Amino acid sequence: MNNRFDAIAIGGSAGSLAVLTDILDSLPHQLRPPVVIVLHRLRNVQSEMGRLLSTKRKIVEPEDKEPVKEHCIYLAPQNYHLLIETERTFMLDYSELVNYSRPSIDMTFSSIADVYGERALGILLSGANKDGAEGLCQIIAAGGTGLVQDPRTAAFEAMPQSALEMCAAVKPLSIEDIKKFIIGET
Amino acid sequence: MKEELSNVDFLDIINIVRLQYGYDFTGYAQASIKRRLLRFMGHMRLTSVFELKHRLVNDQDFFARLVQYITVNVTEMFRDPLFYKTLREQVLPKLAAYPNIKIWHAGCSTGEEVFSMAILLHEAGLLSRTKIYATDLNPSNLDKAMTGILALDNMKDFTQNYIQSGGLADFSNYYTARYDNVLIKKELRQQIVFFQHNLVTDKVFNEFQLICCRNVFIYFNRDLQNTVLQLFYDSLSPRGYLGMGIKETMRFADIHTRFEVVHAQHKIYRRKE
Repeated sequence: MNNRFDAIAIGGSAGSLAVLTDILDSLPHQLRPPVVIVLHRLRNVQSEMGRLLSTKRKIVEPEDKEPVKEHCIYLAPQNYHLLIETERTFMLDYSELVNYSRPSIDMTFSSIADVYGERALGILLSGANKDGAEGLCQIIAAGGTGLVQDPRTAAFEAMPQSALEMCAAVKPLSIEDIKKFIIGET
Repeated sequence: MKEELSNVDFLDIINIVRLQYGYDFTGYAQASIKRRLLRFMGHMRLTSVFELKHRLVNDQDFFARLVQYITVNVTEMFRDPLFYKTLREQVLPKLAAYPNIKIWHAGCSTGEEVFSMAILLHEAGLLSRTKIYATDLNPSNLDKAMTGILALDNMKDFTQNYIQSGGLADFSNYYTARYDNVLIKKELRQQIVFFQHNLVTDKVFNEFQLICCRNVFIYFNRDLQNTVLQLFYDSLSPRGYLGMGIKETMRFADIHTRFEVVHAQHKIYRRKE
């Protein structure tokens, strides 16, 4: 492992569940950086999304002010935006929808760009709107790395496609290559 | 693409607001408020932090717009329906033992959760002997809350939430619809008093059997959370209840030992002794 990243942020919407599960199940247990997942979800319906996403790994929905810990996988809770403070604690935010979404991928990615800079890896999967594209570009602008699921392989291409159009440095990869990238570079 | 707001500039702005207008945002969680300040600058087409400071110092209306913009005024009726279900089943029956019930909604925004509480109390037969004190730091939120008018668009979601909270009545009995708005029935609102109170700078003003302060703590840093929890402790009667947001926790605050957990998942606590 090359140890280039201190945080991995993954965003997805329509059509991303299966590929996300695939990625999570492939992550080695010794993976050091925290993984922060933001998915578009229904707002006021009780959900067991954390357990659905992976049977192999424990996924935590963080509470406000919880420290961001290495070796952990986090999922943005329903109906809140998820931000990270400079002292690397989570902050939840119940403000307006962004891109019709709460949690918004842009909000989390942008906050990760601020806090982790070049040590951040952002990954945007299948989705039917453009949420996350701007945040991914902010990660890149802050010196970090931005990947998208190759739109040709995505169930809904709008989300990864928007990121590719917004920022030239975004790399499209197949899910297999995304998995290899995470394992090789972290 | 994205502007930066240096820490020095941020603290300057917070200080101007505190010294000139008496609103203290010093203990607010920075990730959110910095973001909102930057958005406000974009919204007002300000090209520099200097311009922001200059207008803040010289223009009171500008400050009012800033407060409106940087504070979060998002709310819904029966937000987190299961929280309300637990209130219905576990808290209201205990409150029923008091001859007069006093409830404080701290940070009530535009009142949607206060109206939800009034409906719960009405259905439990407790409303007529309850007084609800609903406070917010933002006067324009309170002006709106006092009208009792909500947008019709949201009522479908609110009805769903109401049903999930265990409500059995016809939700539309609680309001009158006209054009694009609804008016919450007056009988539900007459026990509510809305007024301005700032959790950071104002103090204890009464004693309550239940305090609801939901999704307000998330905007505070840990020190301020601790201070405000102390204010709530001092404002609760012995064995009084405190309801927080579903993802808020008091476990990082020192004072948490003086509360007991009533429902861990729905974040309902009770003052010890």
